[in-house]
Amino acid sequence: MSSDDFTWLIGGPQGSGVESGANIFSKVCAEMGYAVFGKREFYSNIKGEHSYFTVRVSEKKINSNVIDVNLMASFDAETIFRHYDEVISGGAIIYDSDLEKSKTDDVRTLDGPFKERLHTELESKNKPLTIAGVLEIAKEKGVLLYPVSFKSILATLAEEMENPRLKGLVRMFNVIAVSLSLGLVKMPPDSLNKTIGDIFSKKPEIAKINQHTATYSYNYATAKFENFNQTLLGTEKESDTILVQGFQGTALGKMACGCRFQSYYPITPASDESVFLESNELLEIIGDRPGSTAVIQTEDEICAMGMAIGSALTGTRSSTCTSGPGFALMTEMLGWAGINEVPIVITNYQRSGPSTGLPTRHGQDDLLFTVYSGHGDFPKIVYASGDVEESFYDTGNVFNYSDIFQVPVIHLMDKFQASSVITCKRFDPKKITINRGKLLEKVEDNYRRFEFTDDGVSPRSRLGLDNGIFWNTGDESDEMGHITEDPILRVKMMDKRMSRLDLILKNIPESQQAVSYGVKEHTIISWGSAKGPILDAIEMLSKEGISIGYVQLKLMHPFPADYVTSLLKDAKIIIDIEANHSGQMGKLFKQNVNRDIDYFILKYTGRAMTSTEVYDSLKKIIENKANKREVLMHGA
Amino acid sequence: MALKLADYKTDVHNDWCPGCGDFGIVNAIQMALAEMGVERDKATIFSGIGCSGKTSHFINTYGVHTLHGRVLTFAQGAKIANPEMTVIAAGGDGDGLGIGAGHFVAAGRRNVDMTYIIFDNGVYGLTKGQASPTLKLGEKTKSLPSPNTNSNVNPIGLAVASGFTFVARGYSYDVRHLKDLIVQAVNHKGLSFLDVLQPCPTYNDLNTRDWYAGTDLVEEAQQRHSRIYKLEEQGFEPAVHYNSEVEVNEKLSQALIKSLEWGDKIPIGVFYKNELVSPYTQRIKDKIPNYLENSPSKQKISINGHSNTDISKILDSLQV
Repeated sequence: MSSDDFTWLIGGPQGSGVESGANIFSKVCAEMGYAVFGKREFYSNIKGEHSYFTVRVSEKKINSNVIDVNLMASFDAETIFRHYDEVISGGAIIYDSDLEKSKTDDVRTLDGPFKERLHTELESKNKPLTIAGVLEIAKEKGVLLYPVSFKSILATLAEEMENPRLKGLVRMFNVIAVSLSLGLVKMPPDSLNKTIGDIFSKKPEIAKINQHTATYSYNYATAKFENFNQTLLGTEKESDTILVQGFQGTALGKMACGCRFQSYYPITPASDESVFLESNELLEIIGDRPGSTAVIQTEDEICAMGMAIGSALTGTRSSTCTSGPGFALMTEMLGWAGINEVPIVITNYQRSGPSTGLPTRHGQDDLLFTVYSGHGDFPKIVYASGDVEESFYDTGNVFNYSDIFQVPVIHLMDKFQASSVITCKRFDPKKITINRGKLLEKVEDNYRRFEFTDDGVSPRSRLGLDNGIFWNTGDESDEMGHITEDPILRVKMMDKRMSRLDLILKNIPESQQAVSYGVKEHTIISWGSAKGPILDAIEMLSKEGISIGYVQLKLMHPFPADYVTSLLKDAKIIIDIEANHSGQMGKLFKQNVNRDIDYFILKYTGRAMTSTEVYDSLKKIIENKANKREVLMHGA
Repeated sequence: MALKLADYKTDVHNDWCPGCGDFGIVNAIQMALAEMGVERDKATIFSGIGCSGKTSHFINTYGVHTLHGRVLTFAQGAKIANPEMTVIAAGGDGDGLGIGAGHFVAAGRRNVDMTYIIFDNGVYGLTKGQASPTLKLGEKTKSLPSPNTNSNVNPIGLAVASGFTFVARGYSYDVRHLKDLIVQAVNHKGLSFLDVLQPCPTYNDLNTRDWYAGTDLVEEAQQRHSRIYKLEEQGFEPAVHYNSEVEVNEKLSQALIKSLEWGDKIPIGVFYKNELVSPYTQRIKDKIPNYLENSPSKQKISINGHSNTDISKILDSLQV
């Protein structure tokens, strides 16, 4: 493996700075011109359980993680036990030499099923159930081992800086691990110093200690670690590159497209978006006085949805952000928004269900639930973004759809996207157009909110507008919005609302409904965050002369059946790839396109797909060796 | 042109039962709006589900008939997005204190400047008379198969404990008094709560108009012609005048004690009032200085169909 595709892994107990260590590493690599794709895995826990971050860096654009790890930096035993076997021959493990004697039984957070599998492996190879044991296996495989006593490094630093407190400052282990890693790969050290300075810019004293520690550790590695032949020397930086966290795509999209109200109830992995919006609640407006986003934390998701609808009725672009369990609570109100034709956007960062499921893990679990959410028939849009960069622009689009068609829109994102850190082209707010549809600024006399019109969409007043009085009700209503139970009017109103589905398919440009990356004999159809691993796997296969097509579905409901059918007419074998158990999109596909899925590649371990796994499964399909249902299992 | 009472009425057919206490409440709301001269298109009546839920259709302002138990959620969202609007939420006691009890408590903590009126009749009328949260333990209204097995919630006490800053009780057959309470509630700076005793002539055969009139009582009470008496006529002083813990606690405690009176003597009027607690809009203004002048519903979000929000500083901080 050449070092133009390099994966670094750092792990440690939750709360020990794994994430900030990974952020430093990612930032340094991005500053030095590399494309970065990082992803965090963590337990539903505050402190103590195992958390890890894989950061893949490359000189070319990358869209996913891979299985192979080139360098692992660890400062606790659990990380070594859980990940030693992911490091490839020629790769390296930096570890704390004080841990060598640690036994599996010493690590209380190693859960039963994992320990059992590890013991079986160690016993089959006649190794002791210790760190030394697993490291022997790694060494035999060709992994280079770099032991270093983290405590001695701290002791030395304490002496050098005449600061005895440093001796016990295990919080610095992450900075030591990152700096040792960067020293080992010979990353030019200036960027490390600068990045730490940036991160601690408000605390110069702490910055100084960290920078000193980083420099010492970096030099330690360059002086003492030998024989590692993979380097990251820096590369030419693409202009206008940002290093962005997954949830920032939709958050920045909301700011840019004029969402001025967001209500939410805390839930992983969705809350980060709302917290980011509130942290940036004051907005600069071009040519106008400052604007702001009202971000309201509510008592539950029901209130979050109710407030967002109430706000939307005032003409404010309004939204809530949640995950599957929270969305489940919102569904009664979704129907209310449907029957009252209220534009509202619900951003759903999906996680693994059912119920609480794997609360901090990934899954594309909510597709069918969102498509069929709410009792009774009403029009809505379900829209899925494939990656973080897309999600910024898609957020602008879904607010437009919501306003133009006067329907609730569910914007599907997921945990894989929320907890990734990636480099991409700087978002361009100029590309965000704003179309409020038939929202009125002024009202003539005799206004009727639900007036029958040729296109089935009525001019929309807003609470507080002069002369614009209307009524809403969750009951069936007449054109004024008053309750009716008249059977003929009921049919007219139902038909008016439901005609919106055809209107949506007719008016959303095909390029926003589905994206074709080429259609071949074997063609993948997929949605959401599976995009990254698929693109990278296709690229790997193309290097071997194998070409595979890919259609990314974005408008999930109403289903663009005609367009998808026409796109896939030359495909012989259809492969559905998604991160859930039942192939949910495959079911929608079959229902709408009336065509069978030939192969499913599914993952529901709660961990994101890697391109390596997708590549392996696709290859098996090409070679006619695959099962109809390939299930991916990688990842701790 | 000054608005008249009739201007606040719609021509929607009112299908409440003859003699229903709800009529008095709707009349009182319309009278209050007329007296205050609230512009019709600057007010929204939100309502929940049940007989009381239809209220918004009978009043000629913006009207939003929401979901069971959820009226406060919609109303707060709208008021926060458009703080200039007069917002009144109406609902039943099952609506607000049963399915919606969580929102009731949370709304108290927020103190959004609006009014919440509960139509309190002890039964779920529209589903044929099941026991609601204000019916007492062991009571058996006529369509219950057996006596109520739940204790009742104390709406005034719950409101006071939850942080509502104006807490009062009215009686639906004393429309003028109720109208005065609504005017005070709407003018109050903060979240006001009105518990309105409202006989359900069809399903609650215990707390009837006659019962409230005390026709079953001994002579002394009959002289008052009512079980109901007015707090203000007893010299009860509900308002917190200065912001000291002692003063606040004393006013909260006396409100709570008064709220426990029931049976032969039932107080109506204002139990508690505290305008020294910041309304939610003020709390937002503390973070967003121009929030009131440039509220979410007022903000211009585009120029010629394009975004006018400048996020370049955030993007700069992400740029590598």
